[in-house]
Amino acid sequence: MKVLVLVKRVVDYNVKVRVKADGSGVDIANAKMSMNPFDEIAVEEAVRLKEAGIASEVIAVSAGIANCQETLRTALALGADRAILIETDTQLQPLAIAKLLKAICAKEQPQLVLCGKQAIDDDANQTGQMLAALMNWPQATFASNVIVANGTLTVTREIDGGLETIEITLPAVVTTDLRLNEPRYATLPNIMKSKKKPLETTTPQALGVDVTPRLTTLNMAEPPKRAAGVMVADVAELVAKLRNEGVIA
Amino acid sequence: MTCLVIAEHDNSSLKSATLNTVTAAAQIGGEIHLLVAGSACAAVAKSAAKITGVTKILLADAAHYAEQSPENMAALIVAHAVAYSHILAPATAAGKNIMPRVAALLDTAQISEIVAVHSPDTFVRPIYAGNVLLTVQSLDAVKVITVRATAFEATAESGQATIEHLTATADVGQSKLVSRELTQSARPELAIAKVVVSGGRGLGNSENFHRLLEPLADKLGAALGASRAAVDAGYVPNDFQVGQTGKIVAPQLYIAVGISGAIQHLAGMKDSRVIVAINKDPDSAIFQVADYGLVGDLFEIVPALTAAL
Repeated sequence: MKVLVLVKRVVDYNVKVRVKADGSGVDIANAKMSMNPFDEIAVEEAVRLKEAGIASEVIAVSAGIANCQETLRTALALGADRAILIETDTQLQPLAIAKLLKAICAKEQPQLVLCGKQAIDDDANQTGQMLAALMNWPQATFASNVIVANGTLTVTREIDGGLETIEITLPAVVTTDLRLNEPRYATLPNIMKSKKKPLETTTPQALGVDVTPRLTTLNMAEPPKRAAGVMVADVAELVAKLRNEGVIA
Repeated sequence: MTCLVIAEHDNSSLKSATLNTVTAAAQIGGEIHLLVAGSACAAVAKSAAKITGVTKILLADAAHYAEQSPENMAALIVAHAVAYSHILAPATAAGKNIMPRVAALLDTAQISEIVAVHSPDTFVRPIYAGNVLLTVQSLDAVKVITVRATAFEATAESGQATIEHLTATADVGQSKLVSRELTQSARPELAIAKVVVSGGRGLGNSENFHRLLEPLADKLGAALGASRAAVDAGYVPNDFQVGQTGKIVAPQLYIAVGISGAIQHLAGMKDSRVIVAINKDPDSAIFQVADYGLVGDLFEIVPALTAAL
């Protein structure tokens, strides 16, 4: 079975972003960029399915500017077989990405699409669900365990009250949560090998998809800062302060 | 202009995040209808009819809505979407699962996890783990929105809505529930508790986590939370996690014990009214958001604090 894995290039999780003075966006010109951590988990899961003999081919897909090639090379170094970049300078929103991926799915006919549950930049948590809807496929979001057997997926999901396990038919979309697996590191030989793996580039125009944003950014701002706190010397002082705040009896 | 709010419930009672979502809908304006979809859930519809501001309950009661699968929920919501200008759900695990599916079927961009309503088409939502507040305007005819419950007060329950029965849409199938393992707890629900006691890696192991924090939480009537590190290390189950990708909490009092304060954790708790941090490392990032910080050995401080309350 063919597995598609979606990877997004985002500002590294350790970077604290700053808003531009005019509120038009965030200043990430010189920020370290990485693969979205949830997508790393998706890549790892796809590669493990290949190693287990369940996946026949793992194809990494990304959409965005030319630099997203780096993210795809990372996916290839982690074990994906080939990669597709949908290249555009337009700021892509989740609905547009889902439509682009639908076009890729129509061409590649994967049985399973894996992606992170959310990207740590826009925190939207939409793309996987939207793709499933557009394909009329079932979805299993927030996965912490995935078993593929006899044409069925059994997925354990992290939900608000604990865990639930569902069975869905294939083809399907699975979005990954933090505890699905621990992604490996790319080894130097694999990084070298990844440079020779095929990376195909296409465009929204070639796929016939209108990616015009539907949401207009009016402003970005930093949230109000919390007033500086105080250090207390001991438990007695802490309890006195909390009584004074009225938060304890 | 009419808003449709998707009720979250377990077929017997309504989840409180629904009440906060109705408040967001009220700020948008216009009439508010509430969809209760489930199986043998008439009691939920009856109690939902009391939500202030809601004029009509749409009740869809059929066996295949029992688990509220995103496939069946989206089909149902889309079938009734034409009457609505806005469709809202709480930004809970359930709402986040269902709503993007609805949005895509309606060819609409979803506005995720709003924290403020500026006008019927303009909303504020946090991005970059809450380090940036984005104001966006939607150009779509119907707005599909998820609502961060902690950003809106819960509406009162003094209304009297009518209940209308909907014809069920066909069962999409595709998905079947095998089992649910829900954490049983006598404590308040984490997402809505007035006091939260959270533990991190500093507690060292699961036994310490429970031995030290449970008595403190008992004294305070608090919910227990945890950092990602504590959940990953297996001290507590996943539903304890507070943070960017876990639960968002904003209690009156948040006590962080042995938590270093990664930005991903701060994203989930920095709107708490009073934050207390207990950590042995004076340079921990958690102290930058804490109203009251106490540097020292949590194994001495926590029992002393419990005893002093």
